[in-house]
Amino acid sequence: MQQKENIKRPSGEVMHLTIDSISENEEFARVVVAVFATRMNPTLEEIDDIKTAVSEAVTNAVIHGYQNREGKIQIEAAVQENVLSVTISDDGVGISDIERAMEPMFSTLPEERTGMGFSFMEAFMDRVEVISAPGKGTSVTMRKKIGRERR
Amino acid sequence: MDPSFIYEAKGQILIIHMPKELDHHNCRNLRYETDLLMAENYISKLIFDFSCTTFMDSSGIGILLNRYKQIKASGGVVSFYGASPQIQRILRLGGMMNLMPQFESKEEAIYR
Repeated sequence: MQQKENIKRPSGEVMHLTIDSISENEEFARVVVAVFATRMNPTLEEIDDIKTAVSEAVTNAVIHGYQNREGKIQIEAAVQENVLSVTISDDGVGISDIERAMEPMFSTLPEERTGMGFSFMEAFMDRVEVISAPGKGTSVTMRKKIGRERR
Repeated sequence: MDPSFIYEAKGQILIIHMPKELDHHNCRNLRYETDLLMAENYISKLIFDFSCTTFMDSSGIGILLNRYKQIKASGGVVSFYGASPQIQRILRLGGMMNLMPQFESKEEAIYR
């Protein structure tokens, strides 16, 4: 039940990363965000949760946002006290019906994909917000309180 | 990072040794490769080996689900072994625990 001594941090420690939209970068992206999050002293399970959620969002950008064509994916991760927030943005095709896209098992590519991407993000992070419009790209922001399980 | 899958065939049994990182990128070849293997050989039992797998996301679930449907359609069975607690969490969330039995070892998966 012991809480770690709160180390004073400048508010808003932030990491920015721009990657090419290629599937090879999915692993790189999730590892970078996981390493960034280690400053919050997360549990191994929390690290796994973050990696899976980031992997889902980056995969969506590669497959759906850019439809396997060229593009840039922006990743921003920030620490605010004990909350990690990660935003994955693309300038791809965007989503016309966000609610539908977030429904479990819904996919625009049902032959190849399970439609579980957003469900996984929601299962592993505390909050998932999606901003998107057709032709305007997609931005997914996920937040997670770190260290909760040790309290 | 090792993108290639290792396949082991024993008669009608096909064992797929899953890679360390099971994501969209590393899943891309699996569909094509297993289609070829399953077209050339009659497979009645498909076994996934997760012993080396440390990361998996919903793309991995997609691979399992597709292969499951394919084998079920021809009357075969699908199972897995070697899943770490983290991989089991992902499999549970993806609904795979209800679809296929989990075994402790390769031998158990083969002979049960």
